Amino acid sequence: MLTDPRPRLSLRGITKSFPGVLANDDVSFDVSAGEIHALLGENGAGKSTLVKMIYGIMQPDAGQIVWNGQPVVINNPKAARRLGIGMVFQHFSLFEALTVLENIALGMDAKIPQRELEGRVRQVMQQYGLLLDPKRIVSELSVGERQRIEIVRALLLNPTLLIMDEPTSVLTPQEVDQLFVVLRQLAREGCSILYISHKLHEIKALCGTATILRGGRLVDTCDPRIETSRSMAEKMIGGNLKDIQKPAQRNFGAEKFVVTELSIPGHGHFGVALKNISFRVHAGEIFGIAGVAGNGQTALLLALSGEQTTHDADAIRITGTAVGRLDAKARRLKGLASVPEERNGHAAVPDFTLSDNSVLTGRDRLKLAVSGIINPRAARKYTGEVIAAFAVKATGTEATAGSLSGGNLQKYIMGREILQRPEVLVVSQPTWGVDAGAAAAIHQALVDLAAAGSAIVVISQDLDELLELCDTLAVINGGRLSRVMKVSEADINEIGLLMGGIHGAAEPAPQPVATIGVEATSAA
Amino acid sequence: MLYATPVGAVVLTMIVGAIIFSIIGYNGLAAVYEMFIAPLALSYKWSAIAVKASPLILIGVGLAVGNRAAIWNIGAEGQYIAGALAGTGIGLVTQDMTGVWILPSMILAGLVGGAVWGAIPAWLKTQFNVNETLSSLMLTYVAIHLMNEMVTGPWKDRTGYSYPQTPIVKPDQMLPIIIPHTSIHLGVLITLIIALVMWFVMSRSLFGFQVRVVGSAPSAARHAGFSYKTTVWLVFILSGALAGLAGIFEVTGPFRQMALGFPQNYGFTAIIVAFLGRLNPLGVIIAGIVMAITYVGGDLAQSALQMPNASKGIFQAMVLFFLLASDILVRYRVRFIRRAPVVAPSVVRSPAE
Repeated sequence: MLTDPRPRLSLRGITKSFPGVLANDDVSFDVSAGEIHALLGENGAGKSTLVKMIYGIMQPDAGQIVWNGQPVVINNPKAARRLGIGMVFQHFSLFEALTVLENIALGMDAKIPQRELEGRVRQVMQQYGLLLDPKRIVSELSVGERQRIEIVRALLLNPTLLIMDEPTSVLTPQEVDQLFVVLRQLAREGCSILYISHKLHEIKALCGTATILRGGRLVDTCDPRIETSRSMAEKMIGGNLKDIQKPAQRNFGAEKFVVTELSIPGHGHFGVALKNISFRVHAGEIFGIAGVAGNGQTALLLALSGEQTTHDADAIRITGTAVGRLDAKARRLKGLASVPEERNGHAAVPDFTLSDNSVLTGRDRLKLAVSGIINPRAARKYTGEVIAAFAVKATGTEATAGSLSGGNLQKYIMGREILQRPEVLVVSQPTWGVDAGAAAAIHQALVDLAAAGSAIVVISQDLDELLELCDTLAVINGGRLSRVMKVSEADINEIGLLMGGIHGAAEPAPQPVATIGVEATSAA
Repeated sequence: MLYATPVGAVVLTMIVGAIIFSIIGYNGLAAVYEMFIAPLALSYKWSAIAVKASPLILIGVGLAVGNRAAIWNIGAEGQYIAGALAGTGIGLVTQDMTGVWILPSMILAGLVGGAVWGAIPAWLKTQFNVNETLSSLMLTYVAIHLMNEMVTGPWKDRTGYSYPQTPIVKPDQMLPIIIPHTSIHLGVLITLIIALVMWFVMSRSLFGFQVRVVGSAPSAARHAGFSYKTTVWLVFILSGALAGLAGIFEVTGPFRQMALGFPQNYGFTAIIVAFLGRLNPLGVIIAGIVMAITYVGGDLAQSALQMPNASKGIFQAMVLFFLLASDILVRYRVRFIRRAPVVAPSVVRSPAE
């Protein structure tokens, strides 16, 4: 294998701006052949914009992309693929009703006869241990399996640079290990990998170089094997990390939120049905529900918030009162607050002002609307309190929700619910897409609310977040909840297996490394 | 910009209308003058404008509320007829009676008749998920046929004339004129009051808030505890009732009876009025006056320039067209993209890599 002294990819002075924000500011770094290069940064740092330019989705305003020593202009993804650049996106483009093979065929640039394509697909799968039956229908696959389809798609083109955008946010710990095996094999064969993530321990385990972006600028290029997670994190957020202040002695009070045998049929053709969900949360307790996306988290939130009611009134009890049949408005009056995962469009109306958005959920408990007439002054006053208490960066109470950044909008929404002093708070994905500073503030607010005596349920796909925040934990898989475990006694492996759940049992065991190595050398 | 585009749309209509009608052979500038300027210049026409604007505003306000909720009531014309029919029915029953209670009961019947006709699409939508645009529109034709049946059959005026029309309303059944020496009747005042009340309701009441949330973000509405089905019912009953009210005002006011020529497309023109007024009751008042001007102007153009009756319809449609077009152009920018040639990659990748 010839080693080229020139870097495979060289970015020189890449700059890109959008109205109001400089997404990339004079970014320069190199990626060598066979290198697994991490691109680190928190949300909004400019990582996605940068790789979109490498993949040809947009053009830089200034700067040069140099490929194997030659400056190139990459006009669109097709041109990128022709250069040998492949990309696996964070959100997949798959048709649930079609098979694996049909999905791959649809995404190909060239038209290849079905038989030949199937042969090549099977060969790639075998070569890299990405085992999957090409005839299976996508809707039956787990998220980890679906990601494999996307990886196979990219690998079919024999890329020399593979870009992976936040690949592990949707995987169980075991699937992460399997993915790393594939990536290491690719690197050994000479393919460069640009690995975007904000998960420091994974980057330390996998990558040889890390480029850290912050606010559009390149902060540092370092070796994650030498750096500590903490030093990289501080470079990412540009300051000192604040640990969450948790009270040392956590005494839980009476049971506040009791869910018993909650079952709800699945919505639509591909919806997940909830089956006999049961758990109890005490006053002061933070209960976490872990799980990979698509296992019923959305349905569970709708069932708990009251947007989806059930026939069995006793299935959900708030401080003893049966509320299963009550809708969201009635449950709020009983002391339940909820925050769904979609900020714009579900938790808040993007075209409305923050003041109006306060009326949305606070109108009954906070008397913001009395006998059918809204009190704008009371709404503004409350919104002002939320903005102040949660340091929401907005032009004022009359700013539209859609104009706020993700982190600030999330802070406002959490604040809007928390300052209503609910007995029970159910949140889904509290810090998804939120910058580290806002995420820390939200976590602290949840801890403080629990300390004040509320019961909190956190549904999240981020296992790290749950382990840091929660007292007790369960895993949702296929609409069923596992047994509840104490976080202090939890075993990561067990959690990972539970997250894989029913799908995990059907997954073939990963290929032994030796066999893969033999096949690789024979192909080279 | 939000309130400049309706003005721009009217101006554009005047310019393009002048050009089009000049091309077909009329005096384009004179046509535009008769349509838009003459009604305002001739003070004796102002009461005609007010009387024509009244049903447009009344129906338009109801439609504006519905459209804010993204619920499309296209059947206002049918609800208008249904209200007129219901009120006329009461009128025929009481035509030989006297009393101060007769007119209010006809008006009430008009409200109820329109509300019931509006409730049918609401029921179909909430129970069977029937598209309300289709059902309300089809019910309009049902209403028209029903009216034709009644007017040529059981309700036909038996005294003398054999024209298909109901008897003329009696004095106790007429809306009083509130400004002497004009044709401005009580209905005009009630319409104005209702429009102002609806403005308050939309901007300050919880119902108005609910309507706006349902139209803007349906998931957020459910999260907030607002029932979509309840909103559909309320919106249709409200816009149906207001359309029915406009119908009975026409019968007891300017028209004095029901005949085959009774429907004047107010229910459809009110859709234009609602959008021209930016779905805001105050804007609807102004938009209704503008549209009424085109009605009065259309009559003037007909008599002064022998222009066909359809010409006012053309102008009205142009207003809506230019309004929608300028909405898009205000929100999005037209960019001409030159397709850049694809640079051939300068490296040949060897298979061994």
